[in-house]
Amino acid sequence: MSDTAIGSHAIPSPAPIPVREIAPWLVFGLLMLLALYFVGAEEGATSIIPGMYVHEWVHDSRHLLGFPCH
Amino acid sequence: MTVAIFWVSPATDMENRMMVRTLLIRGMLVGFLAGILVFSFAKVFGEPQVDHAIAFESAMDEAKAKADLERGIHDVEEPELVSRKLQASYGLLTGVMVYSTAFGGLFALVFSYANGRMKSTDPRVVSVLLAITGIIAVYVVPSIKYPANPPSVGNPDTIGMRTELYFIMMLVSLLGMIAATMLQGRLRQQYNAWTSTYLAGACYILIVFTTGELLPAVNEVPSNFPADLLWNFRIDSLGMQIIMWTTLGLGFGAFTEYANRNRFGYRNGANIQLNAH
Repeated sequence: MSDTAIGSHAIPSPAPIPVREIAPWLVFGLLMLLALYFVGAEEGATSIIPGMYVHEWVHDSRHLLGFPCH
Repeated sequence: MTVAIFWVSPATDMENRMMVRTLLIRGMLVGFLAGILVFSFAKVFGEPQVDHAIAFESAMDEAKAKADLERGIHDVEEPELVSRKLQASYGLLTGVMVYSTAFGGLFALVFSYANGRMKSTDPRVVSVLLAITGIIAVYVVPSIKYPANPPSVGNPDTIGMRTELYFIMMLVSLLGMIAATMLQGRLRQQYNAWTSTYLAGACYILIVFTTGELLPAVNEVPSNFPADLLWNFRIDSLGMQIIMWTTLGLGFGAFTEYANRNRFGYRNGANIQLNAH
């Protein structure tokens, strides 16, 4: 990238982060989605952990966050 | 007038990787903060609605049990796995914190892609634009088709179908928003900001409207369920989302701007020579 001269009040234009550098972090994105699954759908329509404990524990937040419940 | 000269050389792979890490941690922290605000709001405004709805449910169940008893049928009461007190406090806290922190992390990942790829170079603007498109795609549009429901609304037998429909609606809305954003970028080469955003927005609305029309309607509200309770519950649910996305949009942008100012030293009017190596 070329050298850039800008005024004292200008913000340096951020260079985009290459996709190949973001990609490894998407593993964490999947973990986030898994966490959302436990709040939003576990033991409702599908279930990984047997029983209804997770569902009942996050019951109120599931309703208030807009997920279908019972 | 002081003129700062920046020597911006391309960041190395390692720096970029560490940058994504920093953004991810920042996003989760802001999400965590947002969670505390969302929980406070939900505790004060949302919980009373949940309690009213459960009181309604219990009254219905009692009436049914009484009617059944007269016909000689003994209803078995379901055992309470988690007490109402726990559900309304630590249970609510867990759900809200996990939800907010996870969305904070996802927000940061999207930001790390979007920043530098949009017309705006100010991280605060990028962050706010992401939050606005985020709440529309993830919550507002799916909820217009399948709104949030308090306890006692919803047939347990249809939970599978309802969950499926809700996630289909959310997925289409999210993909539609991504497509519209990409389209906006293309149109921007030919048209001005107003026209390209207008056209891309129209495409998004067309996509979600058509999908909404094709998917079946779900209405399982009991006929005698109080309308004001349903309204209040849904408004509180929307309020929680507005608090979360506003905190993410403004908070994440502000933190990033602050971090950049310290890192690059711009706006200090100082003559800083920046060399990334």
